[in-house]
Amino acid sequence: MENVAKKPFLEQLIHGTNFDADSLSALQKVTLRAVVMSFLFFGLVAIEGMIMRMVQTGPINPLPEMFNHPDHYFSIMTVHPIVGIFGSTYQLVFAAFMFLVPYLTKKPLYSVKLANFVWLCITIGTAMAWIAGFIWQYAPLYTLYWPLPADFEQFSVIGAFVFVIGVALIMIGTIGFIYNIYATIFARTGVHKNKTTKELLISGFGIDGLMNLIHKLMGKPPYSKEPALSLPVVAIFRGTVDTFLDAIVILGAGILVLVYIVAHAGGLSWDVHAVDSLLYKNYFWWGLDLVADGLVLIYVAGSWYLLATIITGQKLFMENVARAALLLELFVSWMVWSHHLLADQPQPEMMKLISGEMVTAFELLTQGLALFITLVTLWKARPLKMSPELAYLLGGLVGFGLAVPAGIIQADMGLNRVLHNTQWISFAHFHIALIVGLYMTLYSALYVLWPLVTNNTKLFSKKLTWAHFWLYLIGGIGMGAFAGMAGLDGMLRRHLYVDGEFHGWMILAAIFGTMVLIAWFLFLYNIVMSVGLKGLIGIFKPANNDIATFGIEEEPEPAPAAVKA
Amino acid sequence: MFQTSLELLKFHWAAYSIYALLIISVIAWFGYNLTRKEKVKSIVRIPFYGYIAFLVAGGVGHHIFTYNAIPWVAEDIMRHEITPDRDYEIEIAKHKWKLPEEQMVANMGEKVRFNVHSHDLTYGFGLFRKDGTMVMQMQVVPKHDNDIVWTFHECGKFDLTSTEYAGPGQYDKETGEDKMFVKDALIVNCNDKFASR
Repeated sequence: MENVAKKPFLEQLIHGTNFDADSLSALQKVTLRAVVMSFLFFGLVAIEGMIMRMVQTGPINPLPEMFNHPDHYFSIMTVHPIVGIFGSTYQLVFAAFMFLVPYLTKKPLYSVKLANFVWLCITIGTAMAWIAGFIWQYAPLYTLYWPLPADFEQFSVIGAFVFVIGVALIMIGTIGFIYNIYATIFARTGVHKNKTTKELLISGFGIDGLMNLIHKLMGKPPYSKEPALSLPVVAIFRGTVDTFLDAIVILGAGILVLVYIVAHAGGLSWDVHAVDSLLYKNYFWWGLDLVADGLVLIYVAGSWYLLATIITGQKLFMENVARAALLLELFVSWMVWSHHLLADQPQPEMMKLISGEMVTAFELLTQGLALFITLVTLWKARPLKMSPELAYLLGGLVGFGLAVPAGIIQADMGLNRVLHNTQWISFAHFHIALIVGLYMTLYSALYVLWPLVTNNTKLFSKKLTWAHFWLYLIGGIGMGAFAGMAGLDGMLRRHLYVDGEFHGWMILAAIFGTMVLIAWFLFLYNIVMSVGLKGLIGIFKPANNDIATFGIEEEPEPAPAAVKA
Repeated sequence: MFQTSLELLKFHWAAYSIYALLIISVIAWFGYNLTRKEKVKSIVRIPFYGYIAFLVAGGVGHHIFTYNAIPWVAEDIMRHEITPDRDYEIEIAKHKWKLPEEQMVANMGEKVRFNVHSHDLTYGFGLFRKDGTMVMQMQVVPKHDNDIVWTFHECGKFDLTSTEYAGPGQYDKETGEDKMFVKDALIVNCNDKFASR
């Protein structure tokens, strides 16, 4: 990655470096469309997050009075994860995988039209959910604890309706993505021409990895010398199973809320307690937890494996174990949800002990394995050049190294009693997991894929890339750490503190949060100056060629950076 | 090992901070050595299956450690077999607490059972010290028994508020003041007789 020759500011802004949107295939364009929307939503979610951080600093915050009001504050808190997780993260992950599956399998994407439908659905759905918060201040929070979402004494019916339709659109888009991925993976063309569906399924679930391990222990020849699917594709397939179940659960919850909305709008007053709140909570958390396990842990593990092999150009360390671990995670991710209900006293104790504590502890094993395998793969290939993609990958590993144990700590009956619903879990666990762990992994993938998706467009500034890296890493960890410490001092999440009760920690969190926001501005500036405004518009224009795969005949080399020094 | 949640949280603060610095340092050291041209010798060689065993032991051992070191874990699991020294039935509806007495009272060392009923939404029952630190809390789901038995190993006045979000109705629309906050909802008297049990 080199700094490009300087042009006058306006010329650079309009034309970028050497980006030519007309040269992009349909697959590249649909990938970039989702990436652009993802980073715009990231900016929105970062601004929203900063508003909440500043409100919590108390009366010293410089924000207009309206932001301190409960209706306003909690409507921001409601849409914050919707925009962040679905509008930004889902879009970025889906974009990367819709490009990677054809790239890794050497097969065309099943449908570019469906891929366009997906990013449009998620973009419109996210915008609708955000509007429901902004205009009607519908604010049941993402947990949607029954019967709060159907409490029309606190929330307007129209706000609830727009929100639910928005979330439903996101889930429909998600199911569209899943269908596209499955249809691509199971298409018997190209390298999979002679594979059976059974062979592809066995490989997709990681069963071949487990069988290879068993055969090795028994002294037999390997079950499968050449697995039908490469390891990153297995991780994508595996994560997608959880994402599908999650989409079904959230859609189901949305339909239930919709039924009550329609009844209320029709003048009927249905008893909200006809639905058991604890049963609903179990059902909802079972599905919602699959976002964490299906999306974050499995997709991230697969991304680490892919990035480590691309960066080093070597085979993955302990590949069969990695495949078997993805199979293990299938069962673990379906059985861990009860750690969200450890503070619920009517929840059966056995459910708390087995699902909430014991099975959840296996997250430490599966994610720890992924971290170890990635590190050893890198170590075996040293010396390496410290390129941005390698640095971001290490940043992602740090993020999960911090966030996973922070979550496991709370998934314990003793500690949960004093940590549940505090800022500890919000910040030391899932904000660090998402901001540092997941996003830094995704930035690494972005820099690896950049030359492939943009036809070798030069980045505007290397210095800006590194400034983004350090500001983002330090800002993300700092914000998570200080806000998490406030949680240990008793600060609750989903709670409004108007008198600055924890203002010391909140000021520190706000300072480090500002670093994340500045990092985003620098990143956006670097990208816009690389592709230019003309190129940015060109991404959204129809493609001149409708190719839905990447380089079957001629396969350009991956990112030139991070090769052996 | 731990008597109050404050002691546990202080230990946790220190232990996790040390761990966080350690993992950041390890990855930073690792990243630096990845780029060195000369052959790097590992400080420690971590065997793969030994590492797996460490992770399993860490995950399981964590629960065993807390079960033995944190007094309220066993009490929580066995609470239906415990005869409490005091029993308080509390109700909530429309973001308002209905306490059995204006001020609940207990002695240090006593086992107090709180059973909280919600008539509408999901809330949280949380007791806090004057410095804002949490004594304990539980979720309160509507139309269910939400009971907890707690032995107070500290005396003082404790405040009560909902620890779960139940809509903006918990707060004053203009000032943002927490309407479910009850100052000095519980007084725990220092009582050597009970404390020594």
